[in-house]
Amino acid sequence: MLRFITLRLLQAIPVILVVITVTFFLVRIAPGGPFDSEKPVTREVKAALEAQYKLDLPLFQQYTSYLGDLAQGDLGPSFKYPGRSVNELIAAGFPVTAELGFYALLVAVGIGGLAGVIAALKPNTAQDYIPMSLAMIGICMPSFLLGPLLVLVFGIHLDWLPVSGWGDIPGDKILPSITLGAGYAAYIARLGRAGMLEVLSQDYIRTARAKGLPEWQVVLKHSLRGGLIPVVAFLGPAFAGLLAGSFVVETIFQIPGLGRFYVQAAFNRDYTMILGTTVFLSVLIVLFNLLSDVLAAWMNPRLRAQFGH
Amino acid sequence: MNTQTINDIAQAEQGTSLWKDAWLRLRKNHLAVFGLVTLVLFIVIALLTPWIAPYSYQAQNLELGASPPSAAHWLGTDIFGRDLMTQIMYGGRISLAVGFVATTVALLIGVTWGAVAGYVGGRADAVMMRLVDILYALPFMIFIVLLTVVFGRNMLLLFLAIGAVEWLTMARIMRGQVQSLRQQEFVEAAISLGLSPATLIRRHLVPNALGPIIVYTTLTIPNVMLLEAFLSFLGLGIQPPQTSWGLLISYGAETMEEYPWLLIFPGLALTLTLFSLNFLGDGLRDALDVRGAKD
Repeated sequence: MLRFITLRLLQAIPVILVVITVTFFLVRIAPGGPFDSEKPVTREVKAALEAQYKLDLPLFQQYTSYLGDLAQGDLGPSFKYPGRSVNELIAAGFPVTAELGFYALLVAVGIGGLAGVIAALKPNTAQDYIPMSLAMIGICMPSFLLGPLLVLVFGIHLDWLPVSGWGDIPGDKILPSITLGAGYAAYIARLGRAGMLEVLSQDYIRTARAKGLPEWQVVLKHSLRGGLIPVVAFLGPAFAGLLAGSFVVETIFQIPGLGRFYVQAAFNRDYTMILGTTVFLSVLIVLFNLLSDVLAAWMNPRLRAQFGH
Repeated sequence: MNTQTINDIAQAEQGTSLWKDAWLRLRKNHLAVFGLVTLVLFIVIALLTPWIAPYSYQAQNLELGASPPSAAHWLGTDIFGRDLMTQIMYGGRISLAVGFVATTVALLIGVTWGAVAGYVGGRADAVMMRLVDILYALPFMIFIVLLTVVFGRNMLLLFLAIGAVEWLTMARIMRGQVQSLRQQEFVEAAISLGLSPATLIRRHLVPNALGPIIVYTTLTIPNVMLLEAFLSFLGLGIQPPQTSWGLLISYGAETMEEYPWLLIFPGLALTLTLFSLNFLGDGLRDALDVRGAKD
């Protein structure tokens, strides 16, 4: 197991390096310098600013210097918010996004997993069709449509839940979490159903039933671990999707998280902020992929052996 | 047995070719047929929009302002008094165009890449597929946002960026297909007859892998359309004066409290299209008996 984790960690390093390098040079070739703003600045001020942000160095030296700072965990200053570093902005926004993502994941795994298992227990009956039709709707209904619709129904017409904010009024975390999690709940329901159906047709399940085990024990003890492996393997990609989805959800519900900062940075062309956040999010996603693979391997010894060499 | 019967048998054999068989199975799947019909309808509408749209795209009526659905404006009007149905029809042209063009880009890259890797095999294959693995691990949603910042917001770039993201799975599927086809005798025969690799890939390998390609293409289009709508919603995709369903949804969301129809109808158009494509894709997968095309 340790060997597997080490191997996967080593594989993650080139990926992270590629991300950093590509992002760095993409941002550097972007048209227009960050200080070509509305107000023209004097040449001296511009030179001083460029020296401060190391823009006067040759490109490759900027790159190595950035890598050096990065190795020490320093993502540099923000271009648009003078005096604030990218680290501070991430420190302010990420906990909010992480909390939102966590609740969304709970919604996704809880509702989706349950729906998938329930559907797989009685395939091709109403118990299967109803959750699976809902899942299809969930997949086809993008979060930027679901969010406003939920707000319209539960926030405005029924007036049950707050329509924006995060942690200000009780209950204001419910709608954003559902909006972000619903699409993934739908995917997980489909994956869980397929996985459970496959496991439930195995011989050892027939054996378990033949020896007279109660059905709940067959499901909970014998099938769940195998049946939910595809779900666990999906969690890595789902995490990346949740982060991207947070761009939309945080914009809709005016949540001060990293996703909203990212979109704002994209609008403001705050290059260091975009660069820093992209690197941060990418490393996070790569690590989470790793975690999800490790977890899936831990649940499935066959996969572990396959990755061993 | 006379010639007549042999001809009959030959015709009967023709009657159950792979494609005809698949078509018969697809026809029995009501949801897939519904998807196909809806999709064809939307495409026809999109193609004919300049001639059949009830109002001109630029037509405003500031005195009217936002009005709910009525006889004059079936889907209502927006705050500038523009006919929503006309807006949705023109937006649909762009949304569908992005879907099809970006998917074509993804298809061309993915099929070529996968076919070459699967055909050449050996070290080249290992390197090519390793690259696909690395790209898979990249957070592409984030990268596309980054690309829109770096290169500005033009539509051509959007096509290319989305296409460049979505080819990976296609490459994997194609490689698997080609690898298994390579073992077959007719391919060996073609090689020994001296066919060049390019011709072999084009004439024999790609046509024989057409089933999975079609299925996966159908399932890629909705992903691409979602990506476009996602970016447009954030204001990073299609820019006014052009419009798309994502952009209309974004405007609708801003004013939904007073004018909910501005959110609901564009949302319905997008959801219905995505629905149709997904059902059609699922139906095609069953009809063509393709496994593992969706992961």
